[in-house]
Amino acid sequence: MEESQIKVPVIPELTKEDFVSDQMVKWCPGCGDHAILSSMEKVFPKLGIRKEDFVVVSGIGCSSRFPYYMNTYGIHGIHGRAAAIASGVKIANPELSVWMITGDGDCLAIGGNHFIHVVRRNLDINIILFNNKIYGLTKGQFSPTTPKGAKTKTSPLGTIEIPFNPGELVIGAQGTFFARVTDSNPKMMVDVLFEAARHNGTSVVEILQNCVIFSNNIHALITSKETKENNQLHLKHGEPMLFGKQKDKGIILRRTNLEVVKLGENGITEKDILIHNKFNHDTGVHNMLARMAPPEFPAALGVIRAVEQETYGQALMDIIDIAKNTSPLKSVDDLLNSGNIWEI
Amino acid sequence: MTHKKNHVVELDDVVVRFAGDSGDGMQLTGSLFSDSVAFAGNDFATFPDYPSEIRAPQGTIAGVSGFQVHFGQNNIHTSGDLADVLVAMNPASLRASLKWAEKDATLIVDSDSFIEKGIIKAGYDTNPLEDNSLVGYNLIKAPISRLTKEAVKDLDIELKAALRCKNMFALGIVLYLFNRKLDSTNAFFEEKFKSNPLIVESNKRVLKAGFIFAENVEAINPTFRVQPAKLKKGTYRNITGNRATAWGFLAASERSGRELFLGSYPITPASEILQELTKHKQFSVKAFQAEDEIAGICSSLGASFTGSLAVTSTSGPGLSLKSEAIGLAVMTELPIVIVDVQRGGPSTGMPTKSEQSDLFQALFGRNGECPTIVLAAISSSDCFYSAYEASKLALEHMTPVILLTDGALANGSEVFKIPKVADLPVINPPIVEPNDPDFKPYRRDEKKLSRYWAIPGTEGLRHRIGGLEKENITGNVSNDPLNHQLMVKLRDDKVKRVANYIPEQKIIGKDSGELLIVSWGGTYGVMLTAVERLQEKGKDISLAHFKYINPLPKNTKEVFSKFKRIIVCELNNGQFVSYLKMNFPEFKYEQYNKIQGLPFMVSEIKEKFSSLLNE
Ligand code: SF4
Repeated sequence: MEESQIKVPVIPELTKEDFVSDQMVKWCPGCGDHAILSSMEKVFPKLGIRKEDFVVVSGIGCSSRFPYYMNTYGIHGIHGRAAAIASGVKIANPELSVWMITGDGDCLAIGGNHFIHVVRRNLDINIILFNNKIYGLTKGQFSPTTPKGAKTKTSPLGTIEIPFNPGELVIGAQGTFFARVTDSNPKMMVDVLFEAARHNGTSVVEILQNCVIFSNNIHALITSKETKENNQLHLKHGEPMLFGKQKDKGIILRRTNLEVVKLGENGITEKDILIHNKFNHDTGVHNMLARMAPPEFPAALGVIRAVEQETYGQALMDIIDIAKNTSPLKSVDDLLNSGNIWEI
Repeated sequence: MTHKKNHVVELDDVVVRFAGDSGDGMQLTGSLFSDSVAFAGNDFATFPDYPSEIRAPQGTIAGVSGFQVHFGQNNIHTSGDLADVLVAMNPASLRASLKWAEKDATLIVDSDSFIEKGIIKAGYDTNPLEDNSLVGYNLIKAPISRLTKEAVKDLDIELKAALRCKNMFALGIVLYLFNRKLDSTNAFFEEKFKSNPLIVESNKRVLKAGFIFAENVEAINPTFRVQPAKLKKGTYRNITGNRATAWGFLAASERSGRELFLGSYPITPASEILQELTKHKQFSVKAFQAEDEIAGICSSLGASFTGSLAVTSTSGPGLSLKSEAIGLAVMTELPIVIVDVQRGGPSTGMPTKSEQSDLFQALFGRNGECPTIVLAAISSSDCFYSAYEASKLALEHMTPVILLTDGALANGSEVFKIPKVADLPVINPPIVEPNDPDFKPYRRDEKKLSRYWAIPGTEGLRHRIGGLEKENITGNVSNDPLNHQLMVKLRDDKVKRVANYIPEQKIIGKDSGELLIVSWGGTYGVMLTAVERLQEKGKDISLAHFKYINPLPKNTKEVFSKFKRIIVCELNNGQFVSYLKMNFPEFKYEQYNKIQGLPFMVSEIKEKFSSLLNE
């Protein structure tokens, strides 16, 4: 009797080189995008996915040149529409690992509608949002994340608009995964991208990216050597939210608000500090964490929210299966001859 | 003078129009009548005429909903000009519909509804049933509401629910008038309301009451008979244009082996395509209701890149929103079908009315040099074949195809001879084999100039495409001036060469002579009927009706060159005629246009053509 054979797909060991494209990278020297590209090239080979099964989709903007620089299947789409294109790719073939690369203008201004809807549907794609708080490719106009009052090409006297906070938008749109990293911390970037890839559902990773030309040092309060210890809270699931050089500062929940405290002051001990629970379905604390910003608070970095919920793809496959098992129509001929028909 | 009851008059074809308040169930009444017509073996076509408001105020002209059925013993190509029989369930529907009835039509009215309130609401000064304004018509005053209540009085049914059956009373009268049986309608009740025997019983009783009423009323004499049509042997069904469109895509998906993906956003009058395809998950159809029109086409384009038969369906305003993404499809040379169910425009225009005014938009409405294939379905049942062919052309030539239908085709229905999927032409998309050493993203098929389809997941074919101009063959981003010119020419030539893969333009009638009628798309039925009737009278008139708009059939110029006069008829301000002037400036064209949101009537164009021939 023959041994039955179980086929286990063998995925050859991949390396960074498998994903480096032959195209010249044309971002400005010093642009944060370079570090992001390098992190992505490190993450892809480690995911246990065939290199042919990656699809990188983008819209328009500096960041959106990304697909040309990754040796995968890729589409460089049109402005704002990457989420819609990526949705079609993923729904058409759920086996693919779909990565959407976008910027703050592409994703949150012209593409805002597609963005909130893909998040709401919890389609299993990974959205990497390069947030440099400015329009780079069109040379320096304010974007939906530009801080109020910032002087740009189209706000010579300072913007009069309230900016979006991507994390709040994601959570408000029923998002299941939101993380934030800086372009200057490659290790955290790799870890978070890895986790985003593993998450079932729409993963949104906001990368605080520096545009050296049009908004240089826009994230300096969070990223500069001098201030980062006090202005970065590195979230780890199950661990207390401590920060500062000596890890002597922390976040507590007082009534309905978050508050920064110092260990030892006013009788505060480590036990009082909030423990991060990224799996919490309740959006309250996650939303407050996403909102925190210097100088009053440190910026929350790492995975803020990662909750389990049925994905669009799973729900769709389930109803397709039911339809296949229950429909009397097995072919289009059956359909054409169904219902009221008559012979002549 | 009294006729002997049972006097039966034979007719070739008849038009019946049912009109009532939006809530009166006229669409159902009309379609049940067409079912009975179908079972009797007649050829037929139907057209619903409903208001754009879901429930306009009761009893007003704005709230009138109509359904017209044209049936006969010869081939029926249109839903008919004017009604021979008009059913009016209230004063407003009589007032709104009388202009759609022949001057000597049989009018069946619910006389119970002609009370002061209703008469005033309809805008009448006096009761039209009593002021002699309907002299010349065969007026049948039926106390429909009262007799409906009477028919169900010993059933345990609420008055409101009982009155909801009154449309069946009217149907009963009409079925008697045409010597039809009640079987198919009763069978429908049993199936449709099987969970509610009381509703089945009341509908049956009311239908029968209408039938018996008609039998006993002197005014209904004579009755009429329309013999079965001499249709080709085969299996038939009734089909609307939107359903036929959806099914054409299903057939193309099965035949090409490509899963069907539809990305769409609801819009009148195209929504039924999306609704229909969401029903067919058993064929693995991915019908994605997107957040907007742009996401509709962009998701489709993503699916196209991923190897699906990709479709998006919309109407005029939606096509405007999709323009940029159509450009991306042209640039990436991916297959996609964009269905535009045309309606009255511009802007929101007249959503429930039909027009052919999106032709320019389909041909030219994009930035850059951006040609696509453009097809126009010519009848409700042809929507099936047009959707199939649009898919075939998109998949085999790797290019977007815009398929134009219109509100009248979409909602209208006609008899459809059911084909076998295996008899439809094969569809062979140019899919690249894994690890093909010769694969380059923009290498082309020598004959068609189409590029090849390298589907994500396939080994050895990783590549990037996008909206930036690409270098020929390699597909690398390129700003090279000469390469751009070459690529523009290649994309243009690719579409032009499609002319080698579509049929030549047919002429109905002699292929040379005095007058050539030129028309396109959804007006086929009317044009054909008018031209054939004039030909029967010995007139020197021929018809060239176009389905292939871009590219035009190869013999178009030759066809035009053999006629003394050419008149282009279309439901817009002259778009196809301008396009023909642009392509073949050597001919002189006359034009006949109607821009009222209404189809051509056979009578009006016959008159127009006759006067042209007499000039
Ligand atoms: S303009 Fe700014 S974002 Fe764009 S490549 Fe240059 S540095 Fe990077």
